[in-house]
Amino acid sequence: MTLAFFLTIDWQTLVDALALGGIYALMAVGIGLVFGVLRLVNFAYGQLVMAGAFALALGSQWNWPTWLSIVLCFVVVLVLSALLDRIVFRPLRGQSPAVMLVTTFAIAFLLQSIALIWFGPLGKIASSLAPLNQPWSIGGVDIRKISIVAIVVTIVCLALLQLLLTRTTVGLQMRAASLDFQTARLLGVRANRVIAGAVLVSGALAAVVAVILTVQNPLVTPDFALQDTIVVLAGVVLGGLNRPIPATLGGFSIGFATGLLGGALPTAQSQYLPTFIFVAVILVLLVRPDGLFVRRAATERL
Amino acid sequence: MNRAAVLAGPCLLIVATALVGSGVSRATGVYFITALVSVSIVVALYVFIGNSGVLSFGHISFVAIGVWTAGVLSVPSGEKPAIMPNLAEPLRHTTVGNVPSLALAALAGGLAAALVGLPLMRLSGLAAGIATFAVLEIVHNLLRYYEKIGPGLNTFSSVPETTGIWQAAIGALLAIVAAYLYARSRFGRQLRATREDPPAAAAAGVSIYMQRLLAFALSGAIAGFAGGLYVHLLPLNTEAVYLDLTLITLAMLVIGGATSLWGAVVGALAVSALDSFLAEAENGVKILGVTIDLPAGTRVIVVGALMALVLIVRPTGLTNGREFGWRWHR
Repeated sequence: MTLAFFLTIDWQTLVDALALGGIYALMAVGIGLVFGVLRLVNFAYGQLVMAGAFALALGSQWNWPTWLSIVLCFVVVLVLSALLDRIVFRPLRGQSPAVMLVTTFAIAFLLQSIALIWFGPLGKIASSLAPLNQPWSIGGVDIRKISIVAIVVTIVCLALLQLLLTRTTVGLQMRAASLDFQTARLLGVRANRVIAGAVLVSGALAAVVAVILTVQNPLVTPDFALQDTIVVLAGVVLGGLNRPIPATLGGFSIGFATGLLGGALPTAQSQYLPTFIFVAVILVLLVRPDGLFVRRAATERL
Repeated sequence: MNRAAVLAGPCLLIVATALVGSGVSRATGVYFITALVSVSIVVALYVFIGNSGVLSFGHISFVAIGVWTAGVLSVPSGEKPAIMPNLAEPLRHTTVGNVPSLALAALAGGLAAALVGLPLMRLSGLAAGIATFAVLEIVHNLLRYYEKIGPGLNTFSSVPETTGIWQAAIGALLAIVAAYLYARSRFGRQLRATREDPPAAAAAGVSIYMQRLLAFALSGAIAGFAGGLYVHLLPLNTEAVYLDLTLITLAMLVIGGATSLWGAVVGALAVSALDSFLAEAENGVKILGVTIDLPAGTRVIVVGALMALVLIVRPTGLTNGREFGWRWHR
C-alpha cells in the first residue's frame, strides 16, 4: 500500500470508520459480557440487533413518534434476551463452549427464519430516524450526523458500563463471576441474578446498536447484522476472547479497519474487502495466537 | 466382530439408501442423491470435529473449493465462454473427465485445508472455531468476485450430471472408509486423546497442533471431494455453499452425534429425510387427504429448532456418540 492510498482517506471516511469501530466495540462488549459469566459465545447476538431493527421499522410503519419506536426496540430486544437466557442459555450451562456456540448458531438461523416468514425476504424500511443521516458541515467538511452520534453514544455506553462494573454490587459480582464462577458462587454471588444481569446489559447494548445501524441503513432485512456479527466475532478472537477490554479493543480495531478500507479502496478492490479483513485476521493470529491485546497466555487453568 | 460392525453398519445403511433411491422416480431420487452427498460432507466434518472436539465453521469453504475445482474443469470447453467469460487462459481449454475432476477436487480441498490449518490450528479450542469463520468468509468472497477462476456470481450450469445414485453412494462409501481408517490409525487415536484430555495427551508426547493439522487436511480433502460430487449433481453458485449449508451440515453432525462415524451417517440421512419432506411441504404436499402448505423458510426453522433441542436435551446426539454395534452394550 502506497502513501497515495492513505491520502485518499478523507475526514468523512475517518469519522465513519471511527463510528463503525464504535458500533463493533459495543457489539464486542455485548458478546464479551455474556462470555465472561457464561463462557458462552452468543452467535445469535446479531439477531437480537435484527429484532430491534424490525421493531424500529414497525414503529415507523405505524407512524409512532421516534422515542416510542426506540422504547419498543429496547423492550423487544430485552424481552428476547431474557427469553434466550431462560429457554436456551440456562439449560446449556455446564456444557462445553463448543456445544453452546453451535446451539446459538442454530438459534441465530432460527430467529432469522422467523423474521423471514414474518416480514418476507425484502424486509422493511425504518424511516423515522432518517433525519440523523443528514450531513453536518463542519469547517467545510461534510460529516454525517449519525457518525458523530455513534461515536458519542459508544463512549457514553462504555463509560456507563465501566461505572456499572466497578461501582455497583452487581457489577462487582459480574467481574468476580467472570474470573472464577465457582468461587464467586461459594462467596454468595447468586448465579442466576448475575447471569441475567449480564444478559440484559448485553441486550441493552444490542438495542443501542440496532438504533444506530438502522439510521445508517434503514432497510431492515432478515439477515440484518448477520455479517456484522461474524466480523465482530473475528474481532473478539483477534483481541483476545477471555478478557472484556481486549475483546472490546479487538471489536473496535476490526470495525475501524473495515470502515477505513471500505472508504478508501477503489470500487474494483472494495468488493474484496472481506478477504482483506479476514486475511489480516489470520495473519495476526499467526503472530499472536492468544490475541493482540492479551499479555500472557490465555489458556485455561487446569 | 464388533470392530467390523463399526465399518459395516454405516456402509450397509448407505447401500440400503442407494437401493431404495434407485427404485424411486427421478424427482424423488434427487433427494436420495442429495442425502448421500450430504453424508460425504458430514463425514468430512466428523473427521475433524468429531475426533478433535474442536468446532469448525470453515469446512463448507473446502466443499466450495471442491465445487469450483471440479466445476471449472468439467464444463465442456465450448460452453465455458458463456458461463465464465473471464476465465484464466490455461483453465479455458482444460477439461477433464468425471473421476479425475473428483480426485482434483479432493486434492484442492486438502491443500487448502492444510494451508489455512497452519495458522488456525495453533489457536485453542473456541478461538479456533470462531476463526474458521474467517476462512469461510475469505473463500466465499473470493469465489464470488474472482472471475478468473470460475463463474463468479453465475451458476455452474453445463457441468455433466454424473452424480447419480450410485456415484453418490460410492462417494459416501469412500468417505466413510477413509474416515474409519483414519479414526483407527494411531493418528486418529492420538487426536481423540487430545480431545479427551489435552494436557494428559501433551504430557504423553502427542503434538496437539500436528494431530489437529493432519485431521484438518484430511477432512478438507473429503470435503473437497464431496464438493466435486455435489457440483456433478446440481448447478451450484456461491450462495449454495455458504452459511445455510454450514448450518444444515453442522446440524446433521450434532443431531446424529458428533463423536462417532455412525452418528455422522445417521444424522446426515435422518436430517436429509426431514429436510426433503419439508422442502416438499413448502411447495404443498398432500398427506392422508390433508394438504400441507408451509411457508418458505420453515425448513430452517424446524432444522434449527431441532438442532438446538438436541443440543440442550441430548448433546451427545441420537446415537449418543457411540459407534454402530451388533448388540446394545452399555
